[in-house]
Amino acid sequence: MKRKTFLKQTGSLLLSFNLFPLSISHFDSGENNGSETSLGDPNEIDSWLRLNSEGIVTLFTGKMELGQGIRTALKQIAAEELEVDIKRINIVIADTEQTPNEHYTVGSASIESSGMAIRQAAAEARSLLLEQASQNLQIPIHDLRVKDGVVHFIKDPNIKISYWKLLRGKTLEGQITGKAPCKDPSTYQLVGTSIPRDDIVGMVTGQPSYVHDIRLPGMLHARVVRPPSYEAELQSFPDTKIRTMDGVIKIIKNGSFLAVVAQEEYTAIKAWNMLRKESAWDVKKLIPLQTNLFDDMLNYNGEQQIVEEKNGKLEELKHQHEAIYKRPYHMHGSIGPSCALAKWESGRLTVWTHSQGVYPLRKSLASLLNIPEQRIHVIGVPGAGCYGHNGADDVAADAALIAYNLPDKAVRVQWMREDEHMWEPYGSAMAIKIKASINGNGKITTWHTDLWSDTHSTRPGGQAAHLLLSQYIAPKINRKKGDISGGASRNAIPLYHIPSMKVISHDYQGPLRTSALRSLGAYANIFALESFIDELAMLTQQDPLNFRVDHLRDPRALEVLHVIEAKTAWGKRPKQQNIGFGVAFAQYKNHAAYFAVVAEITIDSANKAFKVKKLTGVIDAGQTINIDGLKNQTEGGMIQSASWSLFEQVNYSEKGITSNTWESYPIMRFTDAPEIEVHVINRPTEKPLGAGEAAQGPTVAAIANAIFAVTGTRIRDLPLSAEKINW
Amino acid sequence: MAKITLFVNEKDHILDIPPDTPLLYALRNNLKLNAPKYGCGIERCGSCMVLLDHEAMPSCMRPCSSLTQTKITTLEGLGNPTNLAPIQIAFIEEQAAQCGYCLNGMIISAKALLDKNPDPNDAEIRVALQRVLCRCGTHSRIIKAVKRAAEKMNERIING
Repeated sequence: MKRKTFLKQTGSLLLSFNLFPLSISHFDSGENNGSETSLGDPNEIDSWLRLNSEGIVTLFTGKMELGQGIRTALKQIAAEELEVDIKRINIVIADTEQTPNEHYTVGSASIESSGMAIRQAAAEARSLLLEQASQNLQIPIHDLRVKDGVVHFIKDPNIKISYWKLLRGKTLEGQITGKAPCKDPSTYQLVGTSIPRDDIVGMVTGQPSYVHDIRLPGMLHARVVRPPSYEAELQSFPDTKIRTMDGVIKIIKNGSFLAVVAQEEYTAIKAWNMLRKESAWDVKKLIPLQTNLFDDMLNYNGEQQIVEEKNGKLEELKHQHEAIYKRPYHMHGSIGPSCALAKWESGRLTVWTHSQGVYPLRKSLASLLNIPEQRIHVIGVPGAGCYGHNGADDVAADAALIAYNLPDKAVRVQWMREDEHMWEPYGSAMAIKIKASINGNGKITTWHTDLWSDTHSTRPGGQAAHLLLSQYIAPKINRKKGDISGGASRNAIPLYHIPSMKVISHDYQGPLRTSALRSLGAYANIFALESFIDELAMLTQQDPLNFRVDHLRDPRALEVLHVIEAKTAWGKRPKQQNIGFGVAFAQYKNHAAYFAVVAEITIDSANKAFKVKKLTGVIDAGQTINIDGLKNQTEGGMIQSASWSLFEQVNYSEKGITSNTWESYPIMRFTDAPEIEVHVINRPTEKPLGAGEAAQGPTVAAIANAIFAVTGTRIRDLPLSAEKINW
Repeated sequence: MAKITLFVNEKDHILDIPPDTPLLYALRNNLKLNAPKYGCGIERCGSCMVLLDHEAMPSCMRPCSSLTQTKITTLEGLGNPTNLAPIQIAFIEEQAAQCGYCLNGMIISAKALLDKNPDPNDAEIRVALQRVLCRCGTHSRIIKAVKRAAEKMNERIING
C-alpha cells in the first residue's frame, strides 16, 4: 500500500491517542506534494528521513525501542549529519506501513545497521540541500556552512537560506548513492555526547508509554487459558458457567486454544481463573526430568557442527586440564507480561505489538490467518524490557486470532504473570566441555571445546508454526524440522592466540521451549571459556589478568584489560580473607564490542554466605553515539547477568514448569544489587560496534572467578549459589 | 455493579464497578491512569504501587470497596510533564530508566520513604525499594536518583 492511501485510511485513528505524538501531521505536507515511492525502498532517502517546510525532520527506523534508548541515539546521528537541532527531530519506529523493513531488533546491531543507514541518508540529504543552496545563493558549496538547518555563506552569515525554505513545500527526493560524504568525526558536536533520553519524562509522570497503555474505543479484554504443560489437549471446560457470567462477551475455542473475552478486564481475569481451575486437559509428561537433564544432553545423539578447526605445530605439553560447565534454562522475565491489541475491520487487521520484528510478525500472522500480508498493519509500540524473544509475538498472535473472531471490535490481550513465566521461550540450558594443554612457557598450545545446546532462535520469522498458539489450534501447524537456527556457538571460539584449536557444537533438542535470550549462547560460552582461562592461570600460577594479556594480540582487547587493571588497581588489590576479585574479558560475537570486568565479592564464612559487592567494567564499542546510553546499557547488562548467575534457573517437573511466580523464579532485588562502575573507551574514528549484550558473558565469569579467588571453590554449574561453596 | 467513591489524586471519583474489583483495574481502566501497572497480580513485583494514605502499597489485590476512606495517590498525582515533582526530576537527571516499566513502583516507594525519612542512607533506600522488581538492571541508577531526590527535597525545605 502507498503511504498516501494509508494516511487517508488510518490517520485519524492514529491521532486519536497520544502514544504516537508525531505521526501524520508532521509529514503531511510532504505527502500532499506526492512522493509516490513505494514503502521501504532502502535506497531512497525518504525511506529513512523526511524534512518538511515547517522545519521538522522525521526519521523512520524499522528497529524497535526496547528501553535501550535507540530513539535518542538515532536522532543524535541524524541531527549531527544534517546539522540541525536535535529538537527538530521526531522518530517513527517499527511500523509496517511507515518504516523500512529491518527484520528484527536483535544482536546489538541497531546502531550498526539502522544507525548507519540513517547516517548515510542524512549525509545524502545534506549534500542535496547544499547543492540547492549553492545554486540559490550562487556561492560554491565549499564556502557554505550549516547551522541548525540554515545554510550560510562563510564570509557573510547574512547571506543564507534554510533547508525548510529550499524545500518550498516539497519533499526531498533522492537516492542514497553512498557517495555523499559523511561528517569528519573530529567535528562531531552531538555524536559522542550524553544527550538525555526524552522518553523518561513520560515514564516518570505516567504518560502513555507502552502498548499496555493503549485504549481503543469500545475495546474488549481477553485472556488466553494455557494448558498445564506443553503437550496437552483440551478435554472439557465449563462452557455454560463462563458464557453466562455477567460481562463475558465470548469464549473462543479452536482445537485446544481457549480464550475468554469480556467487557471489563477484571471480568476476563475472573473467568480466566475459573477456566484454569475447572478445565480438563490430557497432558503429556515432560521428559527428561530436570535431575537428568545434563546426562540426557551430554549423551544426546544430535547433529554436530565444527565451528573452528586449526592445527598448529605440536609442542611438548607440560599441563593438561579439562572441565565441564553447565548453564540451566533462564527466563527473560519481563516485568510487564506481554500484551497486544488487535482489530479486524473491513477485511483489514491492525495489530499493536511490542514484537522485536513487525515485518516478520506480519508475515507470520498472514500465514496463520490465511490473509494477504498487505491487509495486515503491524504497529510497534514499546513494551516492558524483553531482552530477546519473549511472549511479545505470541500474545500478538493471540490477539490477532481473537480479533479475527470478533469483527469490528478492538481486543486487548495481556498475558498473566503465570503465562509469561511458563510460556515464554527460555534461554537454552547448555553444557560446555573444554580441554587444553599448556607448554613449559606457560602458554596455551591446544584447545578443544565441545558444546551442547538447544536452539537460540525460534522467532516467528514469517512462519505461523513458531507462534505459540499454532501448537494448539486445529489443525496444528507443525514446525518443519531443520527450520530452526543456531546462536549456540556464539563466542565459543577463544579470541586468545592458541596454535591448535577445535570447537564443536552439538545440537540438543531438550524438553523446554527455547529461543533468543540476550547474547544467546555467548553467556554460557564465555562463562565456560573465561572460567577455564582462570583455571589455567591458577594451574600454572600466573596472574589471571596478565595471563589473558599474554595470549591476546588485538590492541583494543589489550586496551580494555589495561584500563580495567588501572581502574581497579588490580595489581594492588588487597589480599584479605573475606574479599575476592575476579576478572573476565570477551569481544562480543568476536567482532562487536570489547568488554572487560572485575568482580569484587565479600564472604561471610560463619554464615556461609557471599555477596557481589562491586562490578567494574570497561567497554570499547568503537565510535560511541551516546556515552551515557552505552553506560546505562552496560550497567544493566552487568546487573542482569549477575542476577541470572546468582539466583536463576527455570525449574520443572514431569507435570510442567514449576517456576511460575517471582517466588519460584526469584531475580535480583535491591539488597543484593552490586555497586556498578562503567568506563567507556570512545573511539570516534572507528565504526560503532554492537554493545547491548557485551556484558552478559564476562560478568558471570568474573563473579565465578572471584568466588574461586576467595573460597577456593570452582563452581562450574550455574547458578553460583552459596551452598555450592566448600566452606 | 455498585457505585463506589474513591478519592484519587485529590479528587473524588464515582465509579460504577463490581465492588471486589482490585484498585489497579479501576485506576487503569476507569480512571485511565497509566502509571500503576500490572506485573504479577499477587503483590510480589511492585509494578502497581500507589500511595495509600502516604504508604507505598501494591494495588493489584486490594478491592476498591475497602478503599473508600483512603487517600489514594498515583504517580500522576505527584507531578506532570510541565510541573514535575523533585523526585521525578531526580530520576530524569540521573537517566534512571531503561524500559521504565518499573519506575512507577520505584518512584512511589521512594516518595513514601523520603516523606518519612528525608535523609536515608544507602541501606535504607535499598530496603525501601526491595519489593519493586527491575529486570533491566537499573538498580544502581535508581539508588542514585533517590539520593538526588532527597537532596532536592531537602533544599526545597531549606529554601522554603
